[in-house]
Amino acid sequence: MTAVLSVENLTVGYRTRGTLVPVVHDVSFEVEPGQVLALVGESGSGKTTTGHAVLGLLPGNGQVTGGRIRFRDQVLTELGPRGWRDVRGRAVSLIPQDPGVSLDPVRRVGHQVEDVLRLHTDLDARARRDRVLELFELVGFTDVERRYRQYPGELSGGMRQRVLIASAIAVEPDLIIADEPTSGLDATVQKQVLDLIDDLRARSGTSVVLVTHDLGVAADRSDLLGVMQHGRLVETGPTAQVLADPQHDYTRRLLDSVPARLASARERVEVPASREVVVEVEDLRKVYGDVAAVDGTSFEVRRGETFSIVGESGSGKSTTARVLTGLTQATSGRVRLLGTDVTGLGRRGFRPLRRDVQIVYQNPYASFDPRFDVYQVVEEPLRSLRDRPPGSGGRFSGRFSGQFSGRLGGRRPHEDEVVAALEAAALPADVVHRHPRELSGGQRQRVAIARALVLEPKIVVLDEPISALDVSVAAQILELLRTLQAERDLTYVFISHDLAVVRAISDRVAVMREGRIVEHGPVERVFSAPETDYTVQLLDAIAGRRLTAGVP
Amino acid sequence: MGRYLARRGAQAVLVLWAAYTLSFVLLSALPGDAVTNRIQNPEANISPEGARTLLAYYGLDRPLWEQYAHSLVGASRGDLGYSLTTAQPVRELLASALPSTLQLTSLGLVFGVLIAAVVAVATNYAPWRWLRTLTASGPALFASVPTFVAGIVALQYLSFRYGLIPSVDDGTFRALVAPAATLGLVVAAPLSQVFATSIRTTRSQPFVHVLHAKGAREGYIFRKDVLRNSSLPVLTLLGLAFGELIAGSVVTESVYARSGVGQLVVGAVNTQDLPVVQGVVLLSTAAYVLINLVVDLAYPFVDPRILVDGAPRGATRRRARQRSVVVEPAAPRLLPAEVVMP
Repeated sequence: MTAVLSVENLTVGYRTRGTLVPVVHDVSFEVEPGQVLALVGESGSGKTTTGHAVLGLLPGNGQVTGGRIRFRDQVLTELGPRGWRDVRGRAVSLIPQDPGVSLDPVRRVGHQVEDVLRLHTDLDARARRDRVLELFELVGFTDVERRYRQYPGELSGGMRQRVLIASAIAVEPDLIIADEPTSGLDATVQKQVLDLIDDLRARSGTSVVLVTHDLGVAADRSDLLGVMQHGRLVETGPTAQVLADPQHDYTRRLLDSVPARLASARERVEVPASREVVVEVEDLRKVYGDVAAVDGTSFEVRRGETFSIVGESGSGKSTTARVLTGLTQATSGRVRLLGTDVTGLGRRGFRPLRRDVQIVYQNPYASFDPRFDVYQVVEEPLRSLRDRPPGSGGRFSGRFSGQFSGRLGGRRPHEDEVVAALEAAALPADVVHRHPRELSGGQRQRVAIARALVLEPKIVVLDEPISALDVSVAAQILELLRTLQAERDLTYVFISHDLAVVRAISDRVAVMREGRIVEHGPVERVFSAPETDYTVQLLDAIAGRRLTAGVP
Repeated sequence: MGRYLARRGAQAVLVLWAAYTLSFVLLSALPGDAVTNRIQNPEANISPEGARTLLAYYGLDRPLWEQYAHSLVGASRGDLGYSLTTAQPVRELLASALPSTLQLTSLGLVFGVLIAAVVAVATNYAPWRWLRTLTASGPALFASVPTFVAGIVALQYLSFRYGLIPSVDDGTFRALVAPAATLGLVVAAPLSQVFATSIRTTRSQPFVHVLHAKGAREGYIFRKDVLRNSSLPVLTLLGLAFGELIAGSVVTESVYARSGVGQLVVGAVNTQDLPVVQGVVLLSTAAYVLINLVVDLAYPFVDPRILVDGAPRGATRRRARQRSVVVEPAAPRLLPAEVVMP
């Protein structure tokens, strides 16, 4: 069998300020008909650039500087604009990354799928419409006539991705580039979408290049696995073989970072039932407008425990986190933190508790004041809470002294505490003088953790703290959180959509759906013997079965 | 929809009243009025008796607030009063001046939109870098050249030097072209700037990338997606630019010596002919309010995400989404292979 796609010594560079910076070096691979090649790697590894080079769609400043891309008997890298336009959409198509922004918001989705037919077939209007309806049925829509007329804003993320898949397969291409096709979607929706791609491929013999950061998805869905690092393809081979016997160090490191594997590597010591309850939630409700975001949840967390709340988007898990940290008031129910009833407290009333209850967000950078350097970011809670007896007039003085002291030189007032917190978060002391924008994603999250730790809190609410991070970085942050918990006897409330991560870090877990807790219990019990259909469905949707298969 | 229009109508009445009142206050604050000026002109030679009769006839001997109330009541009935200088009904004056101005402003608007579109498209799509740079600096240039300068220069060359257009209004279309183009240039400045930026932003959207991946050419993408997505801010600005058009027509009509509402108001302000000024203010305010209402009503046709009456759509959409997510089953598996074949 001859390869559909063969990439030979591909080198791609981006031109920035006159110099050409290579981002993909000497990459070679082949994909045969019907095969799925997964390109995995962390951000900046060049996997997306490689995928887009195959479509001839590099950004304006990018260019192929060496090597060839062959598609069947055509050399794509030698094509002119017209030749490319003929190939794109017809022979090679794209399933894009973010379905939320990949459809024109002001055109009906049916017409957007028709584009491909209009561009590459001679079908008349009626035939095109019929074909689109047929495609919509194929991607699992019911009521296709209505879907045809709808606008993207009226569809959910999963449905939009189905529309994009429909247009990717509309003229039966030989090759589909799927660029992180499910990264923004909930686990159960991700599974449906990936099943759909699998199914279509099996039926039509289309080859797929699946670009993904998710090793689990790659492991489950590919025949061939290519691991990219710093623009190079460091390892490639049949997926099963690479997983079972990785040759390259980086591949091994990547595999070891997968949360599912971390879980199996470690046993948690159970928190004795005799320890005090520090978080007590009773029949909590939070209503926005006429929608109950949280609809009667109750749970308890003991000191030193990690309690996780999992659920898909809109399940109410983040609202619960906001109530726990006093950022939102509950509509009804009771919340006790460290023995204090906080239900009726506004932001001001919550202040005394602020030093004991801290929160770490998914996107730390957005939670930093852009004018602050790392010192100021970490010091901020000290400035706003310390040296300020209630009712005193020092409201502004604390704030300003903190800001100016750094500029005036010499030691800053809280230098010791800040450095200690940074060191606890495993950051070198010299980041103090740097700006968050100079740091990597993982380092920023460490800064956010340091900021939470600087007041020496007892409870830390972690709202998707590792969801935006690369897998190896995420593993390090998880390890850090675990160490800190052991050292400082911290209590974690861990909010996540990712069951594999939850399994790796928690003692007990609650599964939320539509504002309610549908199941909760010790993590091992919930994972091995789920009691509700929804939990079963969620567990079933975890990608990466093949990753953990070989691990006891 | 009905309630929305009613609310907008009430708003319009309020705006008209405010404009009317403001112009009344401003003009009353000036010393003198058209009639007093005429009486005090030594050449007029009007007896004190006659002067009193005149002032009483026009109601100018009454206290200011009474004059205001009287004219407001009249205006609300559609009676705009009489000119203090020519004694013609203001309505008649406006009616005779309006057609010419309407021609000028509508053609000016057409020119403005055309110029803006050409500049914005060239800024984004011109194949040569020098042309893109040149057109990109166009809006700033248009904006910084005052209407009367552009008008005088155009008149100088097109009319006096080359004789392409008549220098005075002879009622032909040719006489209209130069003033309308002058006016269009002024409106084109903000329009082209916003349109060009808007096109650039739209073109960097991921969905445009997807269209390229479908094999579409630039022209196709522009027609189908970019144009519509980037025209929304332009539409907003169009309503605002209309104000500029009205203001510009005053100058343009003076430069090109065209009769029209602009000339009318210049004359009336010079002679402090209050009823005429107020009539023009009411007319242009009404036109402005109407244009902006039309623009607001046009939004939903350009962007289906916008609802005219501004009802919170989030709730309904959320409900719709929940419903459809539940209804939607997983993809049917293993359909017969023929289904895939067209």
